[in-house]
Amino acid sequence: MTNKKTRRPPRIGEKPIFRNSLIAIVLLLVALVIVAPLAIIGVQAFSKGAAFFAKSITDRDTVHAIWMTALTALIAVPINTIFGVAAAWAITKFDFPGRRLLLVVIEIPFSVSPIVAGVAYLFVYGLQGLFGETLQSADMKILFALPGIVLASLFVTAPFVARELIPLMQAQGRDLEEAATSLGASGWRTFFSVTLPNIKWALLYGVILCNSRVMGEFGAVSVVSGNIRGQTNTLPLHIELLYHDYNAVGAFAAASILASLAIVTLIAKVALERRGAGRVRRPALAGPTLETTEPGISKP
Amino acid sequence: MARRILPGLPLTLGITLVYVAVIVVLPLGALIFKAASLGPGDYWTIVSSDRAVASYRVTLLCAAAATAFNLVFGMALAWVIVRYRFPGRRIIDALVDLPFALPTAVAGIALTTLFASNGWFGIALSSLGIKVAYTPLGIIIAMAFTSLPFIVRTVQPVLEELDGALEEAAQTLGASDGEIFAKVLLPQLFPAILAGLSLSFARSLGEFGAIIFIAGNQPYETEITALLAFIRLEEYDYPASAAIASVMLMAAFLMLAITNILQTRALRYTVKG
Repeated sequence: MTNKKTRRPPRIGEKPIFRNSLIAIVLLLVALVIVAPLAIIGVQAFSKGAAFFAKSITDRDTVHAIWMTALTALIAVPINTIFGVAAAWAITKFDFPGRRLLLVVIEIPFSVSPIVAGVAYLFVYGLQGLFGETLQSADMKILFALPGIVLASLFVTAPFVARELIPLMQAQGRDLEEAATSLGASGWRTFFSVTLPNIKWALLYGVILCNSRVMGEFGAVSVVSGNIRGQTNTLPLHIELLYHDYNAVGAFAAASILASLAIVTLIAKVALERRGAGRVRRPALAGPTLETTEPGISKP
Repeated sequence: MARRILPGLPLTLGITLVYVAVIVVLPLGALIFKAASLGPGDYWTIVSSDRAVASYRVTLLCAAAATAFNLVFGMALAWVIVRYRFPGRRIIDALVDLPFALPTAVAGIALTTLFASNGWFGIALSSLGIKVAYTPLGIIIAMAFTSLPFIVRTVQPVLEELDGALEEAAQTLGASDGEIFAKVLLPQLFPAILAGLSLSFARSLGEFGAIIFIAGNQPYETEITALLAFIRLEEYDYPASAAIASVMLMAAFLMLAITNILQTRALRYTVKG
């Protein structure tokens, strides 16, 4: 029975009829649940022809919404990246009391509804909020303007970069950095020459996921933006506006931009996973990070 | 521990603490402060009002149904991706993450159009007498879509790491496939499944963007709690909005605690060495 050593052990669920019907059911469900929603975006976007599509996405308000979304990402993603790297460095390279608590706090935004986040920001910067009157007397506008949209985006994406880096840097340990510093390298030199090459793919992975979320965020931004057409509308909010204006085709044309971004994100994700990013995987997105370093991570 | 050798603690910890304090703790603190300033009587009146309670019921029941669907579909997906080799497997594996990558508003209008009475699925379903758009069924579908990846991605790595020897031993001893799945594999997968369930459920409780397009948003019938908090805000009823949002925040913290406990247990069983 075991004359070939390389033979895989017999496993359950290999009966052809079971195997094939399960694959067929799953493929059908994937087609219905995942592919169909994606397909209908393209079909609807072009349902009035390519000319109407081109007109929709070059509409002045749509272009402005694209610009708002891009601007928000250009500000929020770098800030989040700096935070993610700093948090990962502090948490994995040093031992200090409260490390676990800090990890939990960083991950809180995963569990909080975007609507709750938006409402919470209103009670900080809104007129009835903590700083509302101070801000008004100083004539500073945070809510219903770009700063509010950026802040809400920073909240919902807080864990994105940090959670990719922390498990990886935890697994890689401190030896290389300690060697570099003891040989006289400065902190910055150590980071850029020793740490960064080892974490670059995971960092890029986190940045791409963060960007995808910032550009697509709806709930939190819809509370703090004020939805002012041509002023504070981001692309997801503009899609809602068009949709409720009975311009479904225009809404889907705008949605097709974000759907294309989602597909590019997925492709980039797969490409980066081949390079090992996202591999030091915790079993889930939220939860404890420290003790989750899997064995067998290829150390450089 | 050994003395600190590496530089950069003040800088990196400083950045981290400022970000966490300003971006995460301050707004949540302000929300709790606002809700607490209502006083227990007013607070209770708002959060126990008929409309609020109806919204909790809709949200909880729909989230439970969506999570149940994802349990079955997610397990089947994870099983097929890990255990079988077939053309298109890698594409399926990548597509599983689409609900996380696709903005919720985009998912919302796509699902609504599919399930509207004149949509691709709506036509077929309405001939069977089933109405999805603007009913609780629509909420369930939107929740199931947006939280689909959780169970797949929690179960998949554990399934990949399972020790084939146990399965082989059970087979040699004459157990049937069903028995092996139930008595050998399931107990090993159970902690990961529980963790995935709690993540999926928590995400469904907080989901907003995908749901509001498809739900119909009728008070008492198809109004989720997140929407009620939003509506109170648009009515300039800030105390009510704060109170309802604080209920959602407490539910989120409860789910976070449950998820953490479950994951710590899941890891205890899965991490070797």
